[in-house]
Amino acid sequence: MAKSIDITDLDIYYGDFKAVEGVNMTIKAKAVTAFIGPSGCGKSTFLRSLNRMHEVIPGARVEGKVTVDGQSLYDSAIDPVEVRRRIGMVFQRPNPFPTMSIYENVLAGNRLNAKRMPKATADTIVEKSLRGANLWNEVKDRLGKPGMGLSGGQQQRLCIARAIAVEPEVLLMDEPCSALDPISTAAIEDLIHELKSDYTIVIVTHNMQQAARVSDDTGFFNLKAAGQPGHLVEFNPTKTMFTTPDNPDTEAYISGRFG
Amino acid sequence: MTALLAPSTLARPRLPRWAPVVVAVAALAVAGLISLLFGWSWIALLVVAGLLYVFALPLWSRVLEGPRAATDRLMTHLVWGSFVVVCVPLLWLLILVVQKGAPVINGHFLTTSMRGVIGSMPGGILHALQGTIVVTLAASIIAVPIGLMTAIYLIEYGRGGRLARVITFLVDVMTGIPSIVAGLFALALLVMFFGPAFRAGIGGAIALALLMIPTVVRSAEEMLRLVPSDLREASYALGVPKWRTIVKVVLPTAIGGIVTGIVLAISRVIGETAPLLVTAGYNDSMNGNLFSGRMTTLPVYIFNQYKTPGATPLGAHAADPPGYARAWGAALVLIVIVMILNIIARIIGKIFAPRY
Amino acid sequence: MSLTASPEQTPTGPPESDSGSPARRSARLGDRIFAGAALGAGLLIMVVLAGVFIFLLIQGVPGLSVDPSTYGQGFDNFWSYVAPLLFGTIFISILALIVAVPFALAVALFISHYAPRRLATPVAYVIDLLAAVPSVVYGLWGGRALAQALKPVINWLGDYLNWIPLFKGPASPNGQTALTAALVLGVMILPIITAISREVFAQTPRLNEEAAIGLGATRWEVIRLAVLPYAKSGVIAGIMLGLGRALGETMAVTMVYSSSPKFTLNIIGDTSPQTIAANIANNYSEATPDKQHVLIAAGLVLFAFTFAVNFIARWAIGRGERNLAR
Ligand SMILES: Nc1ncnc2c1ncn2[C@@H]1O[C@H](COP(=O)(O)OP(=O)(O)OP(=O)(O)O)[C@@H](O)[C@H]1O
Ligand SMILES: [Mg+2]
Repeated sequence: MAKSIDITDLDIYYGDFKAVEGVNMTIKAKAVTAFIGPSGCGKSTFLRSLNRMHEVIPGARVEGKVTVDGQSLYDSAIDPVEVRRRIGMVFQRPNPFPTMSIYENVLAGNRLNAKRMPKATADTIVEKSLRGANLWNEVKDRLGKPGMGLSGGQQQRLCIARAIAVEPEVLLMDEPCSALDPISTAAIEDLIHELKSDYTIVIVTHNMQQAARVSDDTGFFNLKAAGQPGHLVEFNPTKTMFTTPDNPDTEAYISGRFG
Repeated sequence: MTALLAPSTLARPRLPRWAPVVVAVAALAVAGLISLLFGWSWIALLVVAGLLYVFALPLWSRVLEGPRAATDRLMTHLVWGSFVVVCVPLLWLLILVVQKGAPVINGHFLTTSMRGVIGSMPGGILHALQGTIVVTLAASIIAVPIGLMTAIYLIEYGRGGRLARVITFLVDVMTGIPSIVAGLFALALLVMFFGPAFRAGIGGAIALALLMIPTVVRSAEEMLRLVPSDLREASYALGVPKWRTIVKVVLPTAIGGIVTGIVLAISRVIGETAPLLVTAGYNDSMNGNLFSGRMTTLPVYIFNQYKTPGATPLGAHAADPPGYARAWGAALVLIVIVMILNIIARIIGKIFAPRY
Repeated sequence: MSLTASPEQTPTGPPESDSGSPARRSARLGDRIFAGAALGAGLLIMVVLAGVFIFLLIQGVPGLSVDPSTYGQGFDNFWSYVAPLLFGTIFISILALIVAVPFALAVALFISHYAPRRLATPVAYVIDLLAAVPSVVYGLWGGRALAQALKPVINWLGDYLNWIPLFKGPASPNGQTALTAALVLGVMILPIITAISREVFAQTPRLNEEAAIGLGATRWEVIRLAVLPYAKSGVIAGIMLGLGRALGETMAVTMVYSSSPKFTLNIIGDTSPQTIAANIANNYSEATPDKQHVLIAAGLVLFAFTFAVNFIARWAIGRGERNLAR
């Protein structure tokens, strides 16, 4: 079941360095939320704090609250491994497991919980996920081939298939199209549209048109100055953001009049 | 696409924070009880307690947290446990060498040979020190120029050519030559020219040089490769011939790393025993002549004292025959030499660390 | 032979100019001499290696056909003499691998993935220290201290596990057994396996590890999914190099237990299978010229065998690098 996420007063640190400060927002279920902002303002950092990926970096920690479906993510009773299974992630560069076939790549997450599953179940999951990722028709005849043999765009969709194969509740995407050509990008944007009906999607992008095309809500992050923590400047429905933003900085950034 | 199978909560039953402490105490208690019952030593107690701990906590975790978390905990325990186990022989060996060797070492031990020493008369290692220094120096004199020039060829002249590739491959092969085979080669060489009974330090030096060359080539190659090519080109642009560029510009830039590599190579071969055993043999007296007569080195001295330790002196309380004591003393000296060489290499490496 | 490595062949050579001034000419001469010396050193290495082989061959081949009495009682030709030695060499080395590999891999993982960063560097240094200890010191430690400490263990094995061929016994009373030697060898080859494995573990692309973490993998599952498959060929190469070292190790084996050339699986008894290296070290001193030929021939067999093992290791490393480059 797709879930909404509430964030209150979130500060994120790398050791002593405060990378993101005082974020408050609500990410709606079954909608696409986009984050934009200049490089280094903490978009990836914030995104990774939503499924506790952040804390695998030594010294990294957060203060504040992230609540999914009424449960505080950073509670001591919460199992971070379970959090990451339920809140899936797609990375900037496609990263299929190089030693695995396409088939095994899709199943990698499922195999963690069920080492042995009936062949029929496995086949169903693979087909459903690959169809969900709009990749089935391209690879159905070579499922046994290495995942690294695909094109960059196909690899990225394979990674999306791998992420949705475990049926997460939220899908986080960190610049999923930045390493792809326009055609693959269009394919992934279409895919995001389709996935929206089942998942809560959060996407980081540097491409303003992409944010405008795919998202329902948009958050704009910015830095006060170099070395200062990044913060959320404005969070509004995408339409509002791109037509009548509340904040002059947002308007400046979106219209390209920004340093 | 709802998550039907998964429970709808992110919380999982987890072991309490104090679980490891409780399990550790319990493991110690159980092991203590057993060893009281069977009269085990404290080593057995620690081993059993360790094993209990490594497996008990994952077992508890399996019941409470499920198999995946349990496997993760078990692997973490095994990895940490392996690290602890691996530290044991190293610490044991070092402590033992110091403990047994330190009482033996004194001025006399360091300044006399074994000439005329019988039974538990005090003897020394001076001849072995002399032999080690002479043989290792000779080996370095052979190996360093060959190794360095080969590295220069590989980097400055042969770059990527077929000959360079063949040589690189052969250097790899040389790395794998067992030291005793290097010794046999030197022996075969000497026997061919001087007859089957010939033993002398030079044979040992040849064998050690054979073992040193690949290390020297490898490290020098690495260092030369790090020298930026702008440096060379700047020199060429001034009209300096290639060989002077190499000698005056490239080598000085890389000298720190090269010397470090050479010192490390020396520290590696200075402890070699087998090749010297078969080529240079053993001798009780001082012999500084590389080309005639058997020559003792420190490792061979240790081996010899170990093999023929002599009888325990009558009425002495020490259980060890005198040879063992001398072997430990010499082992301590050898380890100290090796460590000093390693430290020197490190310091040189630090001082000349590339700064470009 | 022409000095093929003249500057005009190399990309970084100095600009060639044809002014015939004496300074130029002497510079050219210097270049030739220097290039010649460099090439000569490289060629010398080829010559030396060929020499190793040829000298061992010349001095070893007569050892194949000496009077049978030279081989010792019970052996009527060279091969019947060297076969049990080869068996012993491989047997002891494999035992050492069995001891070393799990620990070496665990310690490599410890350094690359488990240890807090402040601990990882000193641990790596300590493991290198283990490699710096001379083998004769290991022999001393193994033959005296470890043998002493293992006595109760060996007795226990002989009493309770003697139905396993390895522990058939009767247990040696002094603890100086092949088992002891295998443990010492294991400690000695651990550093090389650890060093190579930790390097390949650390090279796992962060991207793949994050993929696994993002799927909700535990730390061990990350290693299983993303690290181990990636590192496989590198680890195999490290193991083969460790094996190569164990095959040729002499002192630790010679000093730790007394042995004789025979086939036996018993590793806790008084006489255990001998290795080629130990056989050479034990016999070189009282060797007649004939026996010397025999020993050199045995050394040649060892050389050929370690060469094959190291060759496979290098090949595995090369293959791994090619795989990763894709
Ligand atoms: N592993 C890390 N350790 C320390 N600081 C980090 C780490 N990763 C990121 N940072 C710092 O945190 C801040 C935010 O980085 P982040 O990667 O979140 O930016 P971003 O908005 O995603 O930028 P981009 O658009 O370029 O991806 C930066 O100042 C960065 O230097
Ligand atoms: Mg980013």
